[in-house]
Amino acid sequence: MAKSNSKKKLTSAGVHEPGRRDFFVVATYAMAGLGAASVAWPLIDQMNPAADTLALANIEVDISKIVEGQSITVKWRGKPVFIRHRTADEITRANATEINNLRDPESDQDRAEKPQLLVLVGVCTHLGCVPLGQKSGEVRGEYDGWFCPCHGSHYDTSGRIRKGPAPTNLAVPPYSYLSDSVIRIG
Amino acid sequence: MSAHEFKSPVVRWIDHRLPVFSMLHHTAHEYPTPKNLNYMWNFGSLAGLSLAIMIVTGIVLAMSYTAHVDYAFLSVERIMRDVNHGWLIRYIHMNTASFFFIVIYLHMFRGLYYGSYKAPRELLWILGVVIFLLMMATAFMGYVLPWGQMSFWGATVITNLFSAIPLVGDSIVTLLWGGFSVDNATLNRFFSLHYLMPFLIAGVVVLHIVALHRFGSNNPIGIDSTGPQDTISFHPYYTIKDVFGIAVFLLLLAVVVFFFPNAMGHPDNYIPANPLQTPAHIVPEWYFLPFYAILRAVPDKLGGVLLMFGAIAVLFILPWLDKSPVRSARFRPVFRIFFWLFLVNAIALGYLGGKPAEGVYVILSRIATAWYFVHFLIILPLLSVFETTKPLPKSIAEPVLTGFSSAPEKAFAAPRRL
Repeated sequence: MAKSNSKKKLTSAGVHEPGRRDFFVVATYAMAGLGAASVAWPLIDQMNPAADTLALANIEVDISKIVEGQSITVKWRGKPVFIRHRTADEITRANATEINNLRDPESDQDRAEKPQLLVLVGVCTHLGCVPLGQKSGEVRGEYDGWFCPCHGSHYDTSGRIRKGPAPTNLAVPPYSYLSDSVIRIG
Repeated sequence: MSAHEFKSPVVRWIDHRLPVFSMLHHTAHEYPTPKNLNYMWNFGSLAGLSLAIMIVTGIVLAMSYTAHVDYAFLSVERIMRDVNHGWLIRYIHMNTASFFFIVIYLHMFRGLYYGSYKAPRELLWILGVVIFLLMMATAFMGYVLPWGQMSFWGATVITNLFSAIPLVGDSIVTLLWGGFSVDNATLNRFFSLHYLMPFLIAGVVVLHIVALHRFGSNNPIGIDSTGPQDTISFHPYYTIKDVFGIAVFLLLLAVVVFFFPNAMGHPDNYIPANPLQTPAHIVPEWYFLPFYAILRAVPDKLGGVLLMFGAIAVLFILPWLDKSPVRSARFRPVFRIFFWLFLVNAIALGYLGGKPAEGVYVILSRIATAWYFVHFLIILPLLSVFETTKPLPKSIAEPVLTGFSSAPEKAFAAPRRL
């Protein structure tokens, strides 16, 4: 407890040597910082999805009623999911496309587990609008897939971006076949 | 306001145009503070911390709360079960409310003991009572939001207090409810106001601090500073003392939040509100109990309401009831006895407020209520005239440096009869 302990000592070179008090000050700030961080984390993390929200993150869809050429839209995690039972012609055109010329190169086989059924998140990858093309009579764009009316993005029959400002293809959500007639999305 | 030279050129550049750093430096750094403050002077900063905790956790809770009679209870339960760390945030909010009142009551009794309400700090005291009133309104409306049985019936009983007002009472209650009973409209406006009022409190706190810094803190011997030998700078001496108090406060808060989160609550509030069934024994939160006891002590509706509000109103005129020029109870031997009596009486009122309104409790409540008002309206004015106070030290520095019990003849001014 000598008095010199609480004063900063000068070495022969005139440099401040850290003393006992400097250690206390640094230790106090470090503890306060740790405390503040550990309190801040719950306050921030509470904004992440809650347990009940996560529990509703999967849906099951009966696909047996979708006839060839028909599309349905289901809601999954608050967003539309497009499910299209494609015609043979649409599948052929999707496969015939030269992949290397695409903005976001991806083969149709990689996008559809079974070629007849295409499952897409119906959210334009540009700024989040829902593209047209699900209902009969709606504009499907120059590549006969989907067309986003907000800023004019054209998607082909595989949901790939072909023209317009969107940077990437329509996303394929994780899904699996529970049976021939039911898929689970999420 | 002599400009302080800051080291950083960026700070200097900003401060020259927007003197926030000078302002902070003046109020929280060089601010001259009496050198003899004891730990009873910690509760101001603790109250500020409590308010900050309440606002932060409250804003966060509002992100997951639904103010609708059909969803309010469930949304609170969802916060407790599903929202990430929701249980922690809600328990902190709930229990800090109680701690806030503990801190405020200690802060007020500190002011009563050391005469902090006396000239020239009357407005400082009155602003404090305004904050206390706003706190009570905020706490009451916050307690309604979980929409449990106690929420609903507390809201019903407290809003019905206003029906005691002659002629316009019923119209006022209808206005408060926005309907024919406490219902969805009531819940919505209470949520709106519960969110608003803490910011009003923060505004009054700023005024409270401005008024405080006009003459500086009172101190345990209650005499004015006579010069620099009586004061020390706020930083680092009182910042470090406040930080120590904050550490103890947070430790106690953590013990309650993690081990006894519902100790200061009421189990009935975990039953969803039922407008058709009143719980057998309803009590307000503990911090309202003394006032609740006063309300029930009077066998007359209007009289009870008037006395209850009067118990707070009397605090506003306290600086003019106690005219003794000696502030600190240390030099007022008779006042000191009555102060402790008053404290015991206030705790007794709190105890009685939590007991059923029957038998001996009613009698005791009446005695305690009477004593509450006798203390302020009769004892204090009489003491101002008849009490012989002890001699005051010449300055703060003197008793601090010499130890004021060691050389009383030298250190003390001549005894005087006031």
